[in-house]
Parts: sequence; structure tokens; C-alpha cells
Amino acid sequence: MGKTFAKPEALSDQHTHYCPGCTHGVIHRLIAEVIDEMGIRGRTVGIAPVGCSVLAYNYFDCDFQEAAHGRAPAMATGIKRVRPDLMVFTYQGDGDLASIGMGEIVHAANRGEKFTAIFVNNAIYGMTGGQMAPTTMPQQRTTTSPAGRDVADVGMPIKVAELLAALQTPAYITRQTVIKPKYIKRAKKAIARAFAYQAAHRCFSLVEVVSNCPTNWGMTPLDSIGWVEDQLLAYYPLGDKKTPESDEEVS
Amino acid sequence: MAKVLMKGNEAIGEAAIRAGCLNYFAYPITPQSEVAEYLAKRMPEVDGVFLQGESEVAVGYMIFGAAACGARVFTTSSSPGISLMSEALSYITCAQCPAVFVNIMRGGPGLGGILPSQGDYFQATKGGGHGDYRLFVMAPDSVQEAVEMVMEAFPLAEKYRNPVMILGDGLTGQMMEPVEFPDNLQKAPTNKDDWATNGMDTRGSDKRNLVKSLFLDPTALNAHNLLLKEKYARMQREDVRYEAYNTDGDYQALIVSYGTMSRVCRTAIDNLKADGVEVAMIRPQTLFPFPIDAIRQAVGREHCRLAISIEMSMGQMVEDVERSVQGRCPVEWYGKCGGEVPTPEEIMDVVRERLAG
Amino acid sequence: MQSEVMFAGFGGQGILLSAKMLAHAAMETGHEVVWIPSYGPEMRGGTAYCMVIMSDRPIGSPIVKNPQHLVAMNRPSLEKFAPVVKPGGVVLINSTLIPVRAGRDDVDELAIPVNDLALAAGSVRSANVVALAAFVARSGVVPIEALREAVEMEFARKANLIPLNLDAFNRGVKAAEAG
Repeated sequence: MGKTFAKPEALSDQHTHYCPGCTHGVIHRLIAEVIDEMGIRGRTVGIAPVGCSVLAYNYFDCDFQEAAHGRAPAMATGIKRVRPDLMVFTYQGDGDLASIGMGEIVHAANRGEKFTAIFVNNAIYGMTGGQMAPTTMPQQRTTTSPAGRDVADVGMPIKVAELLAALQTPAYITRQTVIKPKYIKRAKKAIARAFAYQAAHRCFSLVEVVSNCPTNWGMTPLDSIGWVEDQLLAYYPLGDKKTPESDEEVS
Repeated sequence: MAKVLMKGNEAIGEAAIRAGCLNYFAYPITPQSEVAEYLAKRMPEVDGVFLQGESEVAVGYMIFGAAACGARVFTTSSSPGISLMSEALSYITCAQCPAVFVNIMRGGPGLGGILPSQGDYFQATKGGGHGDYRLFVMAPDSVQEAVEMVMEAFPLAEKYRNPVMILGDGLTGQMMEPVEFPDNLQKAPTNKDDWATNGMDTRGSDKRNLVKSLFLDPTALNAHNLLLKEKYARMQREDVRYEAYNTDGDYQALIVSYGTMSRVCRTAIDNLKADGVEVAMIRPQTLFPFPIDAIRQAVGREHCRLAISIEMSMGQMVEDVERSVQGRCPVEWYGKCGGEVPTPEEIMDVVRERLAG
Repeated sequence: MQSEVMFAGFGGQGILLSAKMLAHAAMETGHEVVWIPSYGPEMRGGTAYCMVIMSDRPIGSPIVKNPQHLVAMNRPSLEKFAPVVKPGGVVLINSTLIPVRAGRDDVDELAIPVNDLALAAGSVRSANVVALAAFVARSGVVPIEALREAVEMEFARKANLIPLNLDAFNRGVKAAEAG
């Protein structure tokens, strides 16, 4: 009998440091499966962010760069401009991409840089210990919004996928989640589609993955999944926000 | 090859191409925007990469990403822009990637002015970003030397796997002089397969490469810093450059000056000589590594009783002159900044006064 | 021997370009040369000045307090720079726009209606060439034929402008000889 379940080649043998119940491991695996299935491991360069997934470079077995906080899209731009044949993905959290790195992601998307951004949105800063993110929900308590996010004071959470989809440059922008198996299948399809657009030198692609943070939310993993479904997905609806095909129809 | 009359900024752009660097990312800022304007036209002609980034912050990381996957790459900016790139410079230096940064300095601090200045000496030579790091810093005094230094910067960056900075000023960028592009300075890029993230297939390897600057283990980070330190010591041993001017005579004072300012000093020294006053000059061509030994020897001459650091800043290089002289004679400073460039007459007066005092 | 020429006038009068043509002629005749512009945030209409230094030896300071010669295209330029010109230098005055003189008896003053001559050649935009040709004809800082070649080269890519500018050139030379 052959193996029915094995570790993708694009993942290393290292155990991850992620908290129990965190979805980073699932997202890593989906990316690695897509890399394996496309047979592109030998020409893929990943870019790790600053945040919980700063050590992502230890968990993938392909070339990797580690960026400064928020700057992964600029590094990806540098690579793709000088080596368009390489497959490049950034892996960024919400503090990294939606706060300090907002400028870099907007301009990379607007230039139509042909790399793939995997954007993990769990509505909080994880690695630094649970501070408020630009994506933190109204009234959500964090260590820097102890009374709950006051939207009159700091504004509403940023919907990154919708914001980027508003740009006029063709792109593939989608929002997915991996909190249940049915979502995982769709998320993997979306990642594969994003990589396919890149391989075809077609457009910029971003897959936002709505995620959880049981540790910093102060919940059990199970409760955190419920909170994602009830609260986050209501504000951050899943689905494709923009495809290059839909852009072509418009123009 | 015949000489051509070129503006410093344009010559710098052309020199990079002649050096085999076909990748340029930049953000416009006076007084060096002509580099970007020149390369916007020129890079497509040579099948090269030109990209105007959204900010100097982003440009710094475009350089990092491109350098980390093994490409020859460079950028140009001016003082406030270099401040924004300094974050990336810290990362690039830690990650040991070769790249070339040109700073055509303008007056500061703050938004400052747009006229020539040398106020970024500390920023360039002491590590303008966070952490223990150094750039290899070269300071041209003419358009021709800017061309040669740009061409030499790429092999030097690759030799040390460290960013090289060319530190010019507004005049270096804006003035025109006849230049030629020496063929003998064209050096083939080094093989970067042992470290660059150029894709495993590219280098026919099944071992992945990782470019990073994170060392959570203090022992590992200390060891990495020691490795960088040894690299800087090697620069000091192998690649110090300077020009000695009028050091054969019985000079009474030694001027230390670099870049545009040193040209003014050269004229002042010639005029003083005609009046019977002998003054010598050491012109550092590398600001890091600094010509410590040359200055120490030069002030050791019998009649030399004074060293003067003359800079278009409020006294930055003078600290390196002091640590070179090490008390062998008094070390003084003279300078102006903000776009004021001292004239030869001023320098002559200063030298006479200080020698009389 | 080193000589310096200060070109000064309004932005848009072709100050930088005439200085560049002189620098080019100097380079082609074997001189060391530096062309140093003033540069500022104003793109049009402000004051513009540009120094050309020519020498038979490597040039030291690009900063010169007392230039050998002056080409003044407007009144503020004359008033600013005439007092600092070295004794014996040529001071070219665009008399179309400048009703006054340098007020010095130790310089070689040459007043020429530069704009009028340029208009006669066909366009006021050739005023810088009139002034440059007149200045070089008088000062002899480079051979006049070398300058003519530099002017032709400068306009090589806009060949339709060459006849106009050569006409302007000749009018400048003639005026200098007459003056």
C-alpha cells in the first residue's frame, strides 16, 4: 500500500513554534502542496515577514529571504524585476501588511508586480503579545485597546482585500479561511490560482486568509474558531474580490 | 575612448551600466534626480531594469530583494532619502548582500537645503541605521573619479558581501566635466551560488539558500557580529585609499579634506605655496576604511605642527582625524554647511591664522 | 593658465546651454574644464547662473570668488557679478535689456544688443548664442571655430535650428568685432 498522506517536499522537517490551535501550520502546508504540485520548488523564493511567522523560513524547504517589518512586497518587487522567472511569494500578517507595510503592498499591487502575497489576518498582533492591529474588530479587547477597540478614536478595521481590489490595475484578490476542512479546500484552490496567475506572468495576486489567535484572544482553539465564523467572517466576507478576468470585462 | 562632457549624475548612471549593473531602483530627490532621468531612458536600451519605487523605504528593500537573489543592483539618493534607506542598509549589511548606494549629499538636518554639503559623514561611515555595521564608503572629488568609484564599487561590494556607498555632494552630481569610462574597470560578477536565493534550479542544487538577519540566539548573534567586525578589519588592511598632495615639502600644516571640499583646499595649497607657505593634504578616497596610518605618518613629519580637518559640515570627519593623529599635534576643524562652500581665499586665511595662532 | 567665465541671466535665457557649449569647445581644444550650474527649486523664470572654468592643468576649486570674465544677460546679473570680475576680464553686457554699464574702468566692457541681434537672426531664443559668440570673439578663451563646431554639435539633433543659430553666431562675432 502506498502512502496516502505525506509531508510536502516544500516543507522542512522542523517542528513549528506556532501555538496550539493556530492556523499558520495549515496555511504553510497548503502553500507547500501547491509548490509541490506545480513542481516549482527549485525556482521559488519565499519572503518571511516580521510577526508570528518570522521563522516561516525554517518551515519551508525552498530559497527564502527574511524581510524587515512590512517590507516583503518591496523585496518581492526587487526579485521579480531582476528575475521574472522565479516564483515569489510573501507571507505576511496583519500588522506587517496592513499597518507598517501598507504603503509597500498598495504600490506593489498597483504596479501589478507578479508575485503572490499570502496575507494572514487574525485581527491582532501575535508575536509582540496581543496588541491592537488595523484589522482588530470594533470593541475587541487587546493589550493596547484594553477597553475594546474604540472606532471613534482609531477608526474601523481595514478590509485589505476590498481596499486592494479597488485599485484599477488587474489583479487576483481573494479572501479565504482555513478554520474548517470545507474552507481549507477552497483556500488551497485560491492559492493555486494565485500561483498560476504568477506563473503565467499575468498579474499581482493576494490571498487573504482570515485566521485565529486563541492565545492572544484568550480563547480555547475551538472557541476561537467559533469567533472567526461569527464575528470575523461577518465583517470580512469570503470570496474573490477581483480577478483579472473580471477586470478585463470592465475594460 | 574619447572623453565626453557629462554631468556627474548622468556619468554615475552610465558608469553603473558600464560596470555591468543593469538593475536600478530609485526615488526622485534633488540634487540627484538626473541619475533616475538618465537611467529611465538608458536602461531599456541595454535591456536593464529601471523602476521608480514609491518611497526610499521601499527602494531600499527592492535593492535588498534583488541583491539577495544575486543580481548586481544599485540606487542613488540624497541625504533625507538615505535616512529612509538606512533601515534597509542595516538589514542588507547584516544579511551580507552586495549592493551599491550613491548619496549625493545636500544640506541638513531635516529637510535642510538642496545645495552641496558633507553633513552625512557620520551617517555614512559610522552606520546610519541600527546595530553594529559599517558601509564601505568612497568619496570622489571629480566626475571622473565618481565614474571610476562607481565602477569599482560593484566588485568591492562583492568582495566583502557588503554595501558600498559612494558619498558625493551636490556639486559632484550637478557639475559637468570631461569623463571617460575605463574598460579595465569592468569586472565580471562573482559567483553567488553559495549564498544567493537565486532558485535551487538556477544553481543546480538541492540545498536551499536563506538570506536573513534574524539571530535569536545571543551566541549566534555575537558570532555573526564578530564575523562582520573581521570583515571591516579586512577592509582596513586591504582597501584604504587616499591621495597625498604636496607631502614632499617641509609643510607646517596638514589639511585633511575629501570630495569637493578637497578641490578647494588643493587650490588654496597651491596659492599658499606660491606665497611661500607649505601645507600638505591627505585626501581620503575611502572614508571607511579611513586612512589612519597615512594621516598619522603625515603629521609625524618634522615641521608639521597642526592638522586641520576641512569639511562642509560642522565637524564630523575631524573625529576620525583626531583618532588618527592620536595627540601627535593639535587637530583643528574648519567648515561651513548648508550649501555654503568655503572659497580658496577663506581656506588660505584660516591656515595662515591657525599657523600664526 | 586658468580662466573662468560666469554666465548669468534669467532662467529660460539659455544660460546653462551657452555655458555648456563653451565647455564643450574647451574640452575639444584640449582644456581641462568644469561646468558648474546654480541649481535651485525654481524651474522657470528665476535667476540662473553657470560658471565654466578652463585650464591647462587639472582644475582645483570649482568655487571661484572672482571670475575672469562675465556674460551678463540681464541687469541683476550685471549688478551682482560685475564688481567681482578680475581686472582685465571681458564683461559682456546685453544692452537690449541692460541700460547701465559695469561701472569699472579696469575691465574690457563689451555692450551688445543681444536680444535685438537674436531677433534679427530669427528668434530671440538664439540670444544666448549671440552673446556666447560675441564673448568668445572678444576674449579668445577658445578658438572661434571650435566654438562654432560646439554650437553645431549641440543642435545636431535639432538640425532645423542650426541655420538660425549659425546666423545668430555670425551676428555675435560681427558685433564683437565692431564693438
